[in-house]
Order: sequence, then structure tokens, then C-alpha cells
Amino acid sequence: MNEYKPVAGSVSPNRKRRKIIGTSVYFVFLISTLVGIVSLGVLIFDVLDKGIPWLNWQFLTDYPSRKPEEAGLYSALIGTIWLMFMTALLTVPIGVGAAIYLEEYAPRNFFTKVIEINVSNLAGVPSIVYGLLGMSLFVYYLGSSEQFLGRTLLAGALTLALLVLPIVIMASREAIRAVPDSYRQGAYAMGADKWQVIKGVVLPSALPGILTGTILAMSRAIGEAAPVIAISALVYMTFIPAHPMERFTVLPIQIYNWVARPQEEFRGLAAAGIIVLLAILLTMNAIAVVLRNKYQTRSEE
Amino acid sequence: MAQILDSRRKFWIRVEGSIVKWLFMACASVSILTTIGILVTLLYQGYGFFNEVSPWEFLTGTRWTPILKPRSYGVLPLVSGTLLVTVIAAMVALPVGLMTAIFLSEYAADNVRRIIKPILEILAGIPTVVYGYFALTFVTPLLQNIFNDLLVFNALSAGIVMGVMIIPMVSSLSEDAMISVPRNLREAAYALGATRYEVSLRVVVPAALSGIIAAFIIAISRAIGETMLVTIAAGATPRMALNPLEGVQTMTAYIVQLSLGEAPVGSLEYNTIFAVGLVLFCMTLLMNLLGFWIVRRFREAY
Repeated sequence: MNEYKPVAGSVSPNRKRRKIIGTSVYFVFLISTLVGIVSLGVLIFDVLDKGIPWLNWQFLTDYPSRKPEEAGLYSALIGTIWLMFMTALLTVPIGVGAAIYLEEYAPRNFFTKVIEINVSNLAGVPSIVYGLLGMSLFVYYLGSSEQFLGRTLLAGALTLALLVLPIVIMASREAIRAVPDSYRQGAYAMGADKWQVIKGVVLPSALPGILTGTILAMSRAIGEAAPVIAISALVYMTFIPAHPMERFTVLPIQIYNWVARPQEEFRGLAAAGIIVLLAILLTMNAIAVVLRNKYQTRSEE
Repeated sequence: MAQILDSRRKFWIRVEGSIVKWLFMACASVSILTTIGILVTLLYQGYGFFNEVSPWEFLTGTRWTPILKPRSYGVLPLVSGTLLVTVIAAMVALPVGLMTAIFLSEYAADNVRRIIKPILEILAGIPTVVYGYFALTFVTPLLQNIFNDLLVFNALSAGIVMGVMIIPMVSSLSEDAMISVPRNLREAAYALGATRYEVSLRVVVPAALSGIIAAFIIAISRAIGETMLVTIAAGATPRMALNPLEGVQTMTAYIVQLSLGEAPVGSLEYNTIFAVGLVLFCMTLLMNLLGFWIVRRFREAY
């Protein structure tokens, strides 16, 4: 009963029909590709349309207020900047160190494999779970009701540092892997030992790549709201944090706070806040792209 | 004398070298400690919860009212809410993302790809709170013109916008899989007289299938863990409903809702979020592991 089915049976021999199908399928693919792009365009247009009327200098320098016309996001803006730099300070040394270990030192054994699988799994853990970790470990100490770090900037930065660590590790590994082996061998030939090779040759050549990865990781961090809400809760900040042990709020939380209110005015404020947040992200991404391009042209020389 | 100095210097260089090696190893171990930290946190606090509520009641109960009396701790409404939004998102993102990937990998000229890919990267980089705003203030009113009984907070618009959000993830991972399909497979098909769409759909997609399925799974896992979008747009009413026009509460949205109120630490109420977090963590972990496993297990070696 094993009847031979010619392949041509599944491909219609009718050339004209196949051509029509081909063209229509092409348009379906094209339209699908446009779905993402058009959505992005509509989103940005909508945000600009609703937000620009609220965007002025006073919006950037005022504290939040119950009256929409007096409200601003100064405390959230400063909180975001604080949090971004503290997170970078915590996560970059550890991330780069881990990347150096995995690329330059790690033997091909079970422990290394566990770390590698673990890093890629951590990158897929929902951010709110990091929030739970930070809340229970950094804000309180597990189940005890006594505050450990409390709802402070430091607790927030530690949590975000763990959240973006896998991204920094993966980006740094890629940058280190891209350093040509001939560089290392040249340095070894001159009598340098491993650490001298890494310090003097590998790290300087990998630096632009590491920097690019770090900036992208930080742009992920400052857009995160969920884990920060678990740390800071909704706080009505009418002062700016002066040191890492103070309470704080960040832009995404301030935006969420405004979106969650039913009045139309607060929606406008939310849109204006989104413009500020997107402007910061765009600037960071532009810096990363410029760095990447500069680095690429240099290594081609 | 110079030789002694030299050997001394060499000694210290070696000492420094071995110290930094251990330091770097410690850095790499931080990622392991993070995983352990997550597990210990969820299990320890979850233990406090399961001391008072039986796991059976938690996993099979169909009412979730941990704050209102009469209290009931069945997690299924939160799970079904999460799955409802995720299914809607998958219905948008999987076909659109796959077709985008086919277009980029098989049809688009290099310069077109160079324009489209960064735009999709921007789409992937937009904070989720922005998508939440978009779903609530733009998509929901738009959909209300079509569905008259669409509530302000609903699963439909949250799901659609979440689908748009994960399109770049599906498309870039699937495209990676398709690009690694060797050229000679395509050329052989062309030589047999196949057209471009026949090559794309009957040669490239089947050859890249494991990578594409892995992309689907990883994107869905991302949708399950997504938080701010559903918190803003899908509402806060845990229910077992399958009607996408009504509001639902997802697991993530519940965790945010409780984090916002100041539940006393150590109370049963406070511990519920860790029990829910445990379910969320297990679901996403299983899907991620499955995705990575498929990639490794079924990677076609040409």
C-alpha cells in the first residue's frame, strides 16, 4: 500500500497559480513585518500628541502634586539617575569579572557548565521575581519584620544589579571573545603571564564592547518598574534622596502612578513622563550605537 | 642582585595573578548565589504560607480572595488570568513574528534589513509601563468601538499589546535559526524549480523548526512573567473567566497589587505573594529550560 507520491504532487505544476500565490504570500509577509513598525509609530505619535502640551521646564523641576498643573517628576528623575549609577557601579565589576573568568580561566568542566546554563536561565526569570528576592533579602531579612536595608536606594540598586547581571555577563563575554587570539599570543610571546595579558591586552581591546553592553543593560534597568515597586512601594516623594540609604522613586513608577488615575490630566502627565523616559533611553542607545560603530571601524584598520 | 629583584617581581606577579583568578571565580559564583537566593526566598516564605494553607487547596482552589473575607486561597484564577492574556499575546506574536522573520531572512534586501532590525530593537527596548499606558489609553478605547461591552480593564487589549511587545523576540530568535540554515539547501530547492515562497515555507522553515519552536517557547515564557502591562491594562479582578472582554488578574499583577499596600511582613497575606511567585518562577523556569533543551537537542548539524 506504500503508494509513491511524487513531490510535484504537493507543488502545483501550474506556474501562473504558483506565481500568484508567491506574490500574495510576499505581501502577507511584508504586512506582518509592518505590524511591529506601525505599532511603534502609532505608540510614539500617541505619546507625543498627548504628552507635549504638558512638557515644560517646570514639569522637570517640580515635585509630584495632587494638582496636575503643578505636578512634576523631579524626584523621580533624580531617583532614576541615582539608581542607574549605583546599579552600574555594583553590577559592572562583578559582571566583567564573571565574564573574564568564563572566557579566560574557566576549565571545561561541570562547574563551568552549571554557571553558563544558570546565567542564561537567570536572564529569563521574570523581573518581579527579582523584586520578591530584593524585598525579602535586602529590604527585610527574609521573614523577619525588622528592616535590613529598608526601602532604600541601596536595596533597589542591589536588586536591579542582580537583575541585569546576566545581561552584563553575556555582553562582556561576547566582547572578550571578539578580541583576536593573536593579540593574546603576541603578549605571551613577550613574556607576560595570564593576568598581565588580560589586564594589558584583552580588557583594553574589549572595553568598548563591554561599555556598549553595560549601557544597554542600564537602559533595561531604568525602564523596569515591577521589581522597583516591590522595593520602594508607591511613595509620595517631595524631596530628593541625598544618600543611598534614603527612600526613592523612579520614572517608571511615577508614570505608573499617573496612568493609574482616572482623570484625563494625569494621563497627559503620564505621556509627558513617558517622553522624558524614552528620551533618556534613546540617548543611551545612541551612545551605545556610536561606541559600537567607532569600535568596529577601529578594529578593521 | 638584579636577578633576585627580577625573580621577586615575578613572584608577586604570580601571586597577583592567582588572587585575581579567585576573585573572578567569586564574581562568576554570584550568578549561582542569585539563583540560590531566589529559591531560598521563595521556598522559605512559601513554607510560611503552606504551613497555614494546604498546597492542595492552593493549587486546585478556584477562588482567590486572600484579602477579602471569606478568605480563600485557590491560585487557579490567577493562573487562568495569566494564561488567557498569554494565549491572546501568542496568537498575535507567533504568526506575526514568524512571518516577520521569514521576510527578514528570505525576502528583504540587505539595506531593508538594516533599517527594519533596529526599529524592531527599539520596539523591544520600550519599557513595559509604556506599553501598559498604550494598552489602557489607546488600544482599549479603539477596541471599544468594535466590542460594545469591552470593559475599561480587559484581557483582550492587554494581550494584543503584549503580543506586539514580544514580536521582536519571536522574530529575532526565529530569524537567527533561519539564517543558520545553509545556503545550499535553498539553492538545491531553487534548482528544482521551487519559487521563493516554496523555498521559505517548505525548506527553510522546516529546517529551522527547532529554533523557531524554541523562540516561541521563550517568548511565551516572557509573556507569562510580564508585569506592568497587565497590572495597568488587565485589571485586578481574579476570576476563572475565559471572556477576554472582561478584566482578569494575573499572577504578576497580584504580586504588584500586594507590594503596593503595606502588608505586615511575615503575615499570611504577605506570604501569599511568595507562594504565587513560586508558581510563576516554576512555570517560566520550565518553559525556559524546555526552550534551551530544544535548541540544543534538535539543533540540525549540517
